[in-house]
Amino acid sequence: MKIGLVLHELHRSENDLAQELLQVSERHKVDHEIYHLARDLSRWSQQHVREIAEIGKNYGQDLNPEPEGELGIAEKLREKGSELIGRRSVPGLLLLRDLREIYMKASGVSADWEMLAQAAQGIKHTGLLEVTKRCHPDTLRQVRWANSTLKTESTQILIS
Amino acid sequence: MTSKDRIAEPWGTRTPYGAGEPWPVRVDTHLEEGVAAQDVDRWVQTASILHSNGDALDIAVKDGRIVGVRGRAGDRVNHGRLGPKDLYGWQANASPDRLTRPLIRQGGELVETDWETAMGRVVGRTKELLAEQGPSAIGFYTTGQLFAEEYYTLGLIAHGGLGTNHVDGNTRLCTATAAAALKESFASDGQPGSYTDVDHADVIALYGHNMAETQTVLWTRILDRLAGPNPPQIICVDPRLTPVARAATVHLAPRPGTNVALMNGLLHEIVVNDWVDHEYVEAHAVGYSELEERVKEYTPEVVAEICDVPPEQIRQAARIIGNAERLLSTVLQGFYQSNQATAAAVQVNNINIIRGMLGKPGCGILQMNGQPTAQNTRECGGDGDLPAFRNWSNDAHVKDLAKVWNVDPMQIPHYSPPTHVMQMMRYVEDGSIRMLWVNGTNPAVSLPELQRVRSILSQERLLLVVQDIFLSETAQLADVVLPAATWGEKTGTFTNVDRTVHLSEKAVEPPGEAKPDLDIFLDYARRLGLKDKDGDPLVKWHDPESAFEAWKECTRGRPCDYTGITYDKLRGASGIQWPCNEENPDGSERIYVDGKFWSDAEYCESYGKDLVTGAPLEPAEYKALNPQAKAIIKAAQYMRPHEVPSQDFPLQLITGRTLYHFHTRTKTGRAPQLQAAAPEVWVEMAEADAAAYGIVEGDVTEVSTPRGSVQAQVRISGIGTGVLFLPFHYGYWDTDRGHEPDGAGRAANELTITDWDAASKQPIFKTAAASIKKLKSGTAPSSAPTTTASAPVTPLGFETAGTGNAGADEDFHAATTGETR
Repeated sequence: MKIGLVLHELHRSENDLAQELLQVSERHKVDHEIYHLARDLSRWSQQHVREIAEIGKNYGQDLNPEPEGELGIAEKLREKGSELIGRRSVPGLLLLRDLREIYMKASGVSADWEMLAQAAQGIKHTGLLEVTKRCHPDTLRQVRWANSTLKTESTQILIS
Repeated sequence: MTSKDRIAEPWGTRTPYGAGEPWPVRVDTHLEEGVAAQDVDRWVQTASILHSNGDALDIAVKDGRIVGVRGRAGDRVNHGRLGPKDLYGWQANASPDRLTRPLIRQGGELVETDWETAMGRVVGRTKELLAEQGPSAIGFYTTGQLFAEEYYTLGLIAHGGLGTNHVDGNTRLCTATAAAALKESFASDGQPGSYTDVDHADVIALYGHNMAETQTVLWTRILDRLAGPNPPQIICVDPRLTPVARAATVHLAPRPGTNVALMNGLLHEIVVNDWVDHEYVEAHAVGYSELEERVKEYTPEVVAEICDVPPEQIRQAARIIGNAERLLSTVLQGFYQSNQATAAAVQVNNINIIRGMLGKPGCGILQMNGQPTAQNTRECGGDGDLPAFRNWSNDAHVKDLAKVWNVDPMQIPHYSPPTHVMQMMRYVEDGSIRMLWVNGTNPAVSLPELQRVRSILSQERLLLVVQDIFLSETAQLADVVLPAATWGEKTGTFTNVDRTVHLSEKAVEPPGEAKPDLDIFLDYARRLGLKDKDGDPLVKWHDPESAFEAWKECTRGRPCDYTGITYDKLRGASGIQWPCNEENPDGSERIYVDGKFWSDAEYCESYGKDLVTGAPLEPAEYKALNPQAKAIIKAAQYMRPHEVPSQDFPLQLITGRTLYHFHTRTKTGRAPQLQAAAPEVWVEMAEADAAAYGIVEGDVTEVSTPRGSVQAQVRISGIGTGVLFLPFHYGYWDTDRGHEPDGAGRAANELTITDWDAASKQPIFKTAAASIKKLKSGTAPSSAPTTTASAPVTPLGFETAGTGNAGADEDFHAATTGETR
């Protein structure tokens, strides 16, 4: 049984996604919707990290239930940097790259949840299946948010 | 005939009536000092422009001047009544400081010029930008106070002519969430309610809706029901002790920002006690089981913790709503401008859906509007949506619109949702929008975080065009100012929240060289030489009536079908409710009768959005969700506001309006009786908080948030503890600095946060963390009105009353011409 391995990988990738969302939030403080929503959505991944750590115990995994912390001083510097260059158009391209990155990472996480749900059904572990049912829809919403924001933002950024 | 001081008694004399009876007529009249009704030369038909109720009235004209107003007895909306802003506000039209000539910026100063020069500058820059960058360089920010004909023309020019996606109205600040909530629940805008529902309802629930101050005449209708036999029970959700709260059977005062939790609590009780119309839900809605699952955790005890509302009150309110036989629900800014705006407003829809309370007398929802013509901004495309509720993500709809306009479908931007104003401001900030045309609105006072807004709008690289009737704070920052005609000086139609269309006719000439907004837009299109795909002029009309005829064609077969309405028909006794077409030649009092909705995937205006992220649903997702054109029940989880109280900012600030003023007071501040009733900004706080801070009535204080500060005298009112309230009407046009603070701030939006609801894009004006400190003792109590939500907790020795010529006549025996519905 390789479920523990998948949980281990998912724990890592959810942590990574949460961090990515936080950093993107900070880099784009002047884009207020992205700033606020990326923070909100990173909390979903942080919650997933806790759930994965809890269920991981049943599969021989000793995973840290605490999501990796915020970065303090570096975070503030990024926010300040965003404000300083907010009047220029170059950061627009950076925003598109960041949204693309979130889209890719969230899609990867989604694929992991998919695999896990399949395994849980095959082995009839309802506890694990419940976790995937709770968490996977959040991931899909993260994916859709990144995709739709890319769609909305790219026109103005690329043609101006 | 009796005379009333309608500043002191905003709702006038009671005319009680019982359930199912017609609302008695009472004709209100106010005329200039020394003018009697028989002296009037002409009475010219129109409706209210200083609030959203749509009260029908006639303008009194004498010697080519407006000398007063009189309510129209036969109109279905007001049965002759008028509110204080209608009775006194018309005087602003004749203010000596109206804009009468175009202005242009030269050497840093605005100087008078002629139309040729002003339009030359605007058109010249438009052409340059189109050549250099394309339409993405140009944005339009309009209002909720023009006429349908004008919005439709503007929408065609911007979308079909220039091809820009950057079009929005200030309706974004007031009713964007109303539209969004209706699109979520019913897949289309359009109110599932009618004012006549007040005549039949046995329970009326007002959510974040201080109707007594925002729609005074509709509130008068409720007061008359309350004074009659078998009165309705009132449920009020509001953190302030408003006149509605005082009249309520149950008043729930949640902590700002917690509306979704409260709504889930009410839904929890309705579900648990099985006050659900399962037959209706089964036949006419999707999504019930998700709702059932979602609200499970929101017991009254859990909700009480979040909202600071006693659990027993939640149970009591739910019991009344759950046992209602005819339930009318209304919603306004307390929900629309707060945390999770769309999600909260949608939960109100859910209550009516699961109780099967739609499309029958007394059973309806009014997701209210905040402005007189906001409905038209939304219908005609002034808010960036495609006209007549066409769906931008449905290619067939875009193709159909292109046919109506005779342009290539590719010309109409439909690759993403329209750019909302807060995003437009961001594009102006990053330099990618380089020309912004603002008409009939004042963002330099009404948008959040004014320091930021001023700095964005005053950038050298931006060409700011402002079309207005006064030199507003925003106009003072403009490069070109275009003087516009206003209500009473031009002709057009507009529609209120219960879908009633009124004609507003020209009564007098505009001052100086001021022009109707329609003429300004037509002139712009002509000068640009905008063409359709056959090389003919793109805009094929030349005056209001020909514009209306074109608009009607655009609505054919759509939910807001106007094809059965003509100017002549509107000259009858009453306004007419859309849809009005061959099938319904007299209009439609109710929609969604028998559980039939406009939500078919091929027909609907919207596929909906994720309530948290705002991501639009794809067509295939929508079809899977709602294959049979039913109502859509969307559950939502409570999420806490982005800004919560902290050690430095321990209180919560909400902003709002008062009965006597409209928006940034451009008109009401120039009507003497209205200005005197609420002359200066104030801040409301609860008695307990005042005691804790050592503050008493009238003290001069500084209210601060991380964005800035405002100086105001304190009114100790019935507001909830921990909450501060600031009215948003007060800017700087009547101060020495003109457009910005000189030291202490006065505008509430110095303090508000730049944050908006992801689904409706409506800014959050009602959830900011704030602090207050006393600067000095006051020499007198605050001048805030005593007649409204700002009423003092203890008498102050004065009551708000009319000054000068404030007497208005009330006639209870006026003949109605034609049928009143």
